[in-house]
Amino acid sequence: MTKIGLEIHSQLTELQSKLFCSCKANYREFQPNENICPICMGLPGSLPQLNQKAVEKATMIAMALNCSTPEKITFFRKNYFYPDLPKNFQITQLNIYGETSVGGPGILMVGDKKIRITRIQLEEDPGRIIYEGSSEKNQITLVDYNRAGTPLVEIVTEPDFENPKEVREFLNILSDLLANLGVSDPSLEGAMRADANVSIEDGNKVEIKNIGSFHDLEKAVHFEITRQQSLHARNIPIIQETRHWDDKRKITVSSRSKEEDLDYRYFLESDIPWVRIGNQIKDKLKSEMPETISSKKERYVSKYNIPAQVADVLSSDKFYSDLFEKSHTTENAKEVANIITTDLMGLVDTREKRESSKLTALHLKEIADSIQSGKITRNSAKNVLYEILKTGKAVSTVISDLDLDNVFSESELLKIIESVISEETQAVEQAKTNPQTINYLVGKVMQKTKGKADPTYTLDLLKKKIN
Amino acid sequence: MNLKISALQFTREVKTGNISVEDFIGKTMEHIEKVDGNLHAFLSLNDNAVNQARDIDKKIKSGDKIGQCFGMPISIKDNICIKDTKTTCASKMLENYIAPYDATVITKLKQQDAIFVGKVNLDEFAMGLSTEFSAYGPSKNPWNTDYVPGGSSGGSAVSVSAFECVASLGSDTGGSVRNPASFCSTVGYKPTYGLISRYGLISYANSIEQIGPLTRTVEDAAFMLNLIAGLDSNDNTTINNNNADYLKDIDSGIEGKKIGIIKEMIGEGINPTVLSATKNAISKLEELGAICEEVSLDMVKYSVAAYYAITTTEAGSNLARYDNLRYGYDFSVEGYAFNAYIEKARKKLGPEVTRRMILGGFVPSSGYAGKYFLKALKVKSKLTRQIDEAFKKFDLLISPTVPILPFKIGEKINDPASLFLIDINTVTANLTGKPAISIPYAISNGLPIGIQLIANSMNDKLLLQAARALEKTVKLPEVPI
Repeated sequence: MTKIGLEIHSQLTELQSKLFCSCKANYREFQPNENICPICMGLPGSLPQLNQKAVEKATMIAMALNCSTPEKITFFRKNYFYPDLPKNFQITQLNIYGETSVGGPGILMVGDKKIRITRIQLEEDPGRIIYEGSSEKNQITLVDYNRAGTPLVEIVTEPDFENPKEVREFLNILSDLLANLGVSDPSLEGAMRADANVSIEDGNKVEIKNIGSFHDLEKAVHFEITRQQSLHARNIPIIQETRHWDDKRKITVSSRSKEEDLDYRYFLESDIPWVRIGNQIKDKLKSEMPETISSKKERYVSKYNIPAQVADVLSSDKFYSDLFEKSHTTENAKEVANIITTDLMGLVDTREKRESSKLTALHLKEIADSIQSGKITRNSAKNVLYEILKTGKAVSTVISDLDLDNVFSESELLKIIESVISEETQAVEQAKTNPQTINYLVGKVMQKTKGKADPTYTLDLLKKKIN
Repeated sequence: MNLKISALQFTREVKTGNISVEDFIGKTMEHIEKVDGNLHAFLSLNDNAVNQARDIDKKIKSGDKIGQCFGMPISIKDNICIKDTKTTCASKMLENYIAPYDATVITKLKQQDAIFVGKVNLDEFAMGLSTEFSAYGPSKNPWNTDYVPGGSSGGSAVSVSAFECVASLGSDTGGSVRNPASFCSTVGYKPTYGLISRYGLISYANSIEQIGPLTRTVEDAAFMLNLIAGLDSNDNTTINNNNADYLKDIDSGIEGKKIGIIKEMIGEGINPTVLSATKNAISKLEELGAICEEVSLDMVKYSVAAYYAITTTEAGSNLARYDNLRYGYDFSVEGYAFNAYIEKARKKLGPEVTRRMILGGFVPSSGYAGKYFLKALKVKSKLTRQIDEAFKKFDLLISPTVPILPFKIGEKINDPASLFLIDINTVTANLTGKPAISIPYAISNGLPIGIQLIANSMNDKLLLQAARALEKTVKLPEVPI
């Protein structure tokens, strides 16, 4: 049997400042080594000042993953050398002397499958190392400390996954959950990273590190399982080791460094006193926690009669569900959901497009209302959306600019259909035997009406006319 | 110009216009020039001190608001950061390190118009108790320059004792304020852990160390505490003291107070002269109405071992950053492999620091942590329980500050283990977080002896009152410089 466990690192990107100083948690907008101070640079005499908000957000994650949350938490020093680590120790958490990290054992459901969470800990991200130069000889190593001290949550799972697909599903659910909690934006580069450990047939555990994306993680796990299976089939022992994912060759490679032998000499970080997280704070955090994805989905289905599949897509994406919440009314909810899932998600499918979009909730509400009142067709709505995303103009202006508001009456539409039938005699003949061809005719009608005709209605009328 | 006045006297003299700050600072700098070549208290001097004094005089003349220090000359141990000033920790590793920010204590003293005359010597990274482990050479005891001034805040004690300043800030990890205070006949005070912000104090063993003042009088120590104590958002371990005034009621006396004589600190290994001075002090306290009684803290016998296990562990981690990437040798454009960097940079650390860092790599390592580090933590918590128990019965505890008299420079430097044992009376206050003070009590054959009082956590006021009462019974000869 294959067993896979994960160690996921997620930055708390929605926080203002770093874990122990007032430098920005959003280090991405800075030139190298501009987002630093004596504390995150570990200058002599500086002391960590714990970001209370980070503790709260991390606790929220623990609660959302159904983890136990201890009354008191504390921090430890993990001592090791690395150029990206300013103090040559990392402030992190540890549970070997009792449960003192933000989260203990928990559970996350992936479909019907239970994935056990081992623990959740809060720690500081190191800086970034950039290697430059074409060959090993002239290679230089650059260190950017802008990231050093960014709040990071480590989520460790039990080896409960049996195949790469489950891993992928879990990571999707987890990243949606973190985004929905408003603690992290997993779409930011480097905001969410994961290591995996893989074993087969109760054999030795192999850790895979250095995996750049979730997509690669799936591939790395797949490769590692295949590698181990082929060794096993030939009776070659599988060594317990750390392997690195080679992104170029798409294989895992044994890391010759003796990482597994490192002695981190963990001990209590006494510069940060124990933090008490009593029931009062936990209750407060619980009340501040946003509605869960599954609860949203249920509400969308039961209250607005939105199809389950649409509700599922809508609720699991924070950006779109937030937009939905702000733009819908009881009357137009279904229509808004429909516009978002069928049109908007296709038009705005990257982070950059989200950021440059000029669409507001009011726009969306007015478009849905315009469809419902019959002012424009569903088909035209897509054109309106496209225009607004670019310009941000008012819905009424866009509708009149594009001349979309004169929806054709039945008799006007019939006239156009008749003219298409007379022009496209060959296609009409084909349509009688081949139903696919009729779509071509619908397209022609749409062309003549500048998309203002309702396609379903047009199809009905066409069918009647031809037969 | 009389440079031998106390800090409070200085502020009164300036306030009443009897002396000008410029005169006093000018004379102080001249005096330093004259005596420090021999004493070697200072590692660097503030070239701008006289100008700063002149500015303060102007402020006083024009009736501007003036801080409580009135331009008082203070020396600062060179492990406390002053912005744009070299902060070397008496190490070659930080030979050219210029701090880019002020320690919280420095910010507070600047706001009170103190003048920092210079940075003073210490054992490298505050590891030692004789100042002999300074990479820049030892400081000398003003009472007899053949002798060590104690340490690690040796430069602080020398500068106060030899009138090179009126007060100094040191740091105390295992007695580093009290030990040199005792050896140089000044007051040395380590407050309750958390009472003074450590922000800007370069860490040696952060879980137990505190900044503390070295002064001529107990009143001065209380005055300094008033200026620098209190909650600091830059140091999460600080305690709110509600702006307590430690000078108020300092003459309350100690009548009816119960004082425990720590049995383990007056037994084996104690110098007979030190013992008789301690007994004398106890009888003086009894004359003042205190009730003195012996008390046993049997964990004290393990305290030095525990102290070194804990401090080397923390030092190994705190000093790990000095790895030649950002401190140490100049960057070579050719570059080195990472391991070559570390190897080369570590050579800038002196023998005592090297010793403790090696221990710090071993004591908490896997397979040995249980035997050494975790056991040391157990001693620490047991000792704390014992002393807390003692404070249910006693208001204060008493012992000699150091069980021996000052020793000669070079006498013990090749026997580090014997040096370790000298800490026996001072480390308890650090391991338990309690406030403790050393008061100059006697001079024997020209060498000073100090008495230590310890109080319960946050009872600093009571501690200072008792120290003041004892101090009033003492009349000592003047330092022969």
